[in-house]
Amino acid sequence: MTAVIELRGVTKSFRTDRRTSTTAVDDVSLTVEEGSIVGVIGYSGAGKSTLVRLLNGLEQPTSGTVEVLGVNVGDATEAKLRDLRRRVGMIFQQFNLFTSRTVAANVAYPLKVAGWKKADRDKRVAELLDFVGIGDKAKQYPRRLSGGQKQRVGIARAIATDPRILLADEATSALDPQTTAEVLDLLREINRRLGITIVVITHQISIVHELCDQVIVMDGGRVVDSGDTYRVFAHPRAELTKRFVAAVTQGVPSGEALAALAAGGGELLSVEVNEFSSEDVSNVFHRHGVRHSVVYGGVTDVLGRQLGTLTYRVHADDLDTVVAELRAHTDVVLPAQEVRS
Amino acid sequence: MNKWDTLTPVLIQSIGETVYMVAVSLLISGVAGLVIGALLYATRPGNLFENRVVFAVANLVINLIRPIPFIIFLTVVIARVVEQNLVAVDPGTVEAARAVGARRIGVLFGVVIPEALAPLILGYTFMFIAVVDMSAMAGYIGGGGLGNFAIIYGYQQFNQQATWVTVAIIVVIVQAGQLIGNALAHRILRR
Repeated sequence: MTAVIELRGVTKSFRTDRRTSTTAVDDVSLTVEEGSIVGVIGYSGAGKSTLVRLLNGLEQPTSGTVEVLGVNVGDATEAKLRDLRRRVGMIFQQFNLFTSRTVAANVAYPLKVAGWKKADRDKRVAELLDFVGIGDKAKQYPRRLSGGQKQRVGIARAIATDPRILLADEATSALDPQTTAEVLDLLREINRRLGITIVVITHQISIVHELCDQVIVMDGGRVVDSGDTYRVFAHPRAELTKRFVAAVTQGVPSGEALAALAAGGGELLSVEVNEFSSEDVSNVFHRHGVRHSVVYGGVTDVLGRQLGTLTYRVHADDLDTVVAELRAHTDVVLPAQEVRS
Repeated sequence: MNKWDTLTPVLIQSIGETVYMVAVSLLISGVAGLVIGALLYATRPGNLFENRVVFAVANLVINLIRPIPFIIFLTVVIARVVEQNLVAVDPGTVEAARAVGARRIGVLFGVVIPEALAPLILGYTFMFIAVVDMSAMAGYIGGGGLGNFAIIYGYQQFNQQATWVTVAIIVVIVQAGQLIGNALAHRILRR
């Protein structure tokens, strides 16, 4: 595995006026391996957009080193940076297409900048438009396209010069769920077929779950959690990561929801589902002859693996044994008992 | 009516003078204004060639020159019109162009100005009309053209007809300019 992006102790501050400045990226160190899809997730203002702009030299680090495809972004000349940018594509939330140019001319622009001949450009543009599935829109102007089509043009433009890295800055945040799914499919295909490393900036956890094998959680300019996507979300270290997971999986019932459930009889058992899947939980129940049903919670799919919290209503004689066996594998909470005590 | 036999050639010559005055001043100050306006836009804080010193100096010079009339004045007004239209261009397109490795000067002339073309054309149309008006004023103080014609052959010789014909011709020139400008701008906007 070779690292295509390496950040060491990177800080980026902006002067807001004469006296004050804000730190958008605060002492960030990270490595991105070639061929991976990395998600950078955080709420707005977490420094994600600044971070991604450090990767193609649109922003310069205040301190620390940013190394991308062997280029030290901090002390590269303008010419070196331009050369780097041809090897690092970028797509945007608002697509940022040139409204004065046709779809074909938008995609041809990076090739023109890179000095391609007209005939070569035309051939490459046709290939790219077919690849992203809008071969019939070449002569249209961007204004006439739907959001999904615009992002396809943006993607074609971004990969025109055959970059090694693609930066996606909230690339699906302006799209509806159906279109988002299509764009994610396209990004996956770009990663698999063309071997392009992708860095995805997003505030939507579902994007990370569906697309990214690595995740970086950012809060207040700092990296608070990072690593293998499943591991990060199955065993969150930071409060923010826990909140992201809870937003999708509901977590353990409390308040009125718990009161209503507790009134239904039996005992309530909230089991964290991770590598220890819901099937594994059911097997334990079956072995002990426990009557059970799911009454609350949710499970999300992270790259084909389960993650979430399920609350069961159980009727068991030896509840303690069952709980002990489950606890050997995963976290278990008895929310109703906790309220009673 | 036979006095129009002698007036018509003079009128035609006056139209020529007006068109010449407008064309030359618009051409010179239009190009100079475009360059200065682009300079103002590009050197603004946060823009392509961010440079506080150049921006502050250009800004000050423009404000100092603004009271001086005609060609120089025109340049300065056009510079402001150009600057304003360029500033309105979505910074995202500038970022997208830079992100594919374009030179800053290439971004300015290849992306920013084309993106602002429709409002620029409307701005230039507005300036064209202002210049036609100004040229009529120039005629009054001896600059030739339609303004001069209206004063000498209309007002001073009590020839109402000559005055109104001149006004009508100016209105036609203005209308034609506006129509062409609007048509061009809308063609670009409708893409």
